[in-house]
Amino acid sequence: MKSIKIVGLAALVALGGATGALAQAKTLEAVKARGTLLCGVGPAAPGFSNPDDKGNWVGFDVDYCRALAVAIFNDPAKVTFKPLTSKERFTALQSGEVDLLSRTTTWTMSRDSSLGLTFAGTMFYDGQGFMVKKSLGVKAAKELNGASICLQTGTTTELNVSDFFRTNKITYKPVLFEKSDEVTAAYDSGRCDAITNDRSGLASDQVKLKAPADSVLLPDIISKEPLGPVVRQGDSQFFTVTKWVYFALLNAEELGVTSANADEMAKSTNPEIKRLLGTEGDFGKGIGIANDWALQIVKKVGNYAEIYDRNFGAKSPVQIARGANELWTKGGLQYAPPIR
Amino acid sequence: MAVTTAGQTSSQEAAKASFLYRPEVRAVIYQLILLAGIVAFFWYIISNTIINLRRLGIASGFEFMSRTASFDISQTLIPYSAGSTYFTAFMVGLWNTVLVSVIGIVLATILGFIMGIARLSSNWLIARIGTIFVEVLRNIPLLLLLLFMYFAVLKSDLLPQVRNARELWFGSYISNRGINLPAPIFEPGFGYVMLAAILGLALAVGIGIWARRRRLLTGQPFPAFWVGVAVTVAIPLVVAVLMGRPMSFDYPVKGTFNFTGGFVLSPEFLALLAGLSVYTASFIAEAVRAGILAVSKGQKEAAAALGLAPNQALRLVVLPQAARVMIPPLTSNYLSLTKNSSLALAIAYPDLVAVTGTMLNNTGQAVEIILLTMAVYLTLSLLTSLLMNWFNARIALVER
Ligand SMILES: N[C@@H](CCC(=O)N[C@@H](CS)C(=O)NCC(=O)O)C(=O)O
Repeated sequence: MKSIKIVGLAALVALGGATGALAQAKTLEAVKARGTLLCGVGPAAPGFSNPDDKGNWVGFDVDYCRALAVAIFNDPAKVTFKPLTSKERFTALQSGEVDLLSRTTTWTMSRDSSLGLTFAGTMFYDGQGFMVKKSLGVKAAKELNGASICLQTGTTTELNVSDFFRTNKITYKPVLFEKSDEVTAAYDSGRCDAITNDRSGLASDQVKLKAPADSVLLPDIISKEPLGPVVRQGDSQFFTVTKWVYFALLNAEELGVTSANADEMAKSTNPEIKRLLGTEGDFGKGIGIANDWALQIVKKVGNYAEIYDRNFGAKSPVQIARGANELWTKGGLQYAPPIR
Repeated sequence: MAVTTAGQTSSQEAAKASFLYRPEVRAVIYQLILLAGIVAFFWYIISNTIINLRRLGIASGFEFMSRTASFDISQTLIPYSAGSTYFTAFMVGLWNTVLVSVIGIVLATILGFIMGIARLSSNWLIARIGTIFVEVLRNIPLLLLLLFMYFAVLKSDLLPQVRNARELWFGSYISNRGINLPAPIFEPGFGYVMLAAILGLALAVGIGIWARRRRLLTGQPFPAFWVGVAVTVAIPLVVAVLMGRPMSFDYPVKGTFNFTGGFVLSPEFLALLAGLSVYTASFIAEAVRAGILAVSKGQKEAAAALGLAPNQALRLVVLPQAARVMIPPLTSNYLSLTKNSSLALAIAYPDLVAVTGTMLNNTGQAVEIILLTMAVYLTLSLLTSLLMNWFNARIALVER
């Protein structure tokens, strides 16, 4: 059934010019005219994107799209979330079914080249790991020789795990599913000894298990997984907006602007804060949106730290330490160019 | 003279005018217009695709087929590793599809015949079992059935975990990692055994032909089928013993995580095979029932009057005639089974669609890969149809 969908998407590429279904280069205009942003997210990734008990989408990747919607419409509700599996996501983006992907997608060279995509930045620095049942007594990934490993198809995960076992001259049996729920169900049933995924994805998978406490993440990190929002190539205007929304979230955190104090901060005399919040300069206009874009984003969605805390902090079901995703000023890798 | 010329001209004009009105000419013109339309349509689509792909910055062409795949596949019937090419990966997927389809077709046919005949049985219980089988399976979406077959079986405690794998016969094991069987290892001299097997099979066919001829001439029955089976099994067995058993087995051995050695029928393969077979069998059962009902009652009565037992009447009189009615729906069920096998990914079986899905994601070349995949399914379908049409024609001749 998924294949039918992909055939349909391929047909869209083929008939694109004829049907007008292909997104035009002017994505921002198209989004404004449509009145809603089409955001591709993971279907069931607690912490990143999943529907809550009321059916509202929540998560780190979801919040980024809400911030982008605020930048464009000044309204975090003007987003239509499209759940896409790892396998479907790129065809959906290429064919214009969504305006962007904000769905634990790794920035790689082939995606930047042969897939015709452009990454807005690294919203989340991650790496691939393994999760096993504690009862196995496995302490390191290299001990997994001969194990059955469940994972999702259409991912970098699939390639990294192959490289890892090949370079270490050990073997494994891949069990590949399309949906993350199927991966966790198969692991739960004992079909496989381990799940491999981005480590953040594993934390997200873990809460879906029947007995989360019985499983543990191995310490190994076998790859670099810079995750971030991604758009189609050839539309520099929309690309610039997506990039700067991410940077605004970081700059707001760095400058101490939060949803609670944003209005207060707008009265600040600090020129950096004034430029960020649009009381000085025409930075928003310069990229085709309102000048108070960042102020509204922080007020309505929060800064990077607030978004991170909401989804991965102490009170959230999925808990992931900030680690490499701390600001550069605190020893992390998150670093945004200045607004000036 | 003038009159005749005038007459000639007008008749020529009439001929000219009516030229376009002649049905043969019109037919050709319509065909040409249609052809031009189709060519223009495809030309438009193809050029459009190329332009769009270029504009979107997506790679195109088939060169990627010779690049390294660098992903693993869990079931490979031909030699494959992550270092193989995309083309080899594609072939692995193709063979996996063929494997599950061919075995599925055989199983579905057997089960379908049993259930279709059961539904017509005069035994109340057997008939009810047939009806329930058909009505339940036919009305469940196949994807649900597959997910049920796979996850329900895996999650239930029906199958032990690998560590507690249950030993079956001849050193084979069953667990939630599948069925591990000893793999035969052929040693020198096994060629003779193979030769003997071929000889046995040929002999069995010979016996079949002879028995048939004799029955047609004299009416004497001969258990050709069972004798044939015995011959096919016994001859190579005798040769194997004489040659000092030129075959040994690689037995599965419990390792840290999985069995090593032997070969494994994965839960994915078994669930897909079971799901496709029973689902298709429910449709085949109906085709079989319809075929049998299409044979007039008089035939059965005549067979009974000739003193044939009910099962002989069914086998010798009813089924051969019913076959003609059954073959066309049977063919379309075989085609559906093959195409339905593309749901495999939902339960992690690496069929063609699953493998090409990974290829598509890594290369981004959706158009090329989908065209190739469609070409494969089209070819498989055409081959199945050809085979069935040939079989149909044969049966039609035999009937005369
Ligand atoms: N980062 C990898 C893997 C991305 C991926 O699909 N991750 C899984 C694990 S978090 C996911 O998003 N699953 C969510 C879902 O399918 O519901 C990639 O870009 O290929």
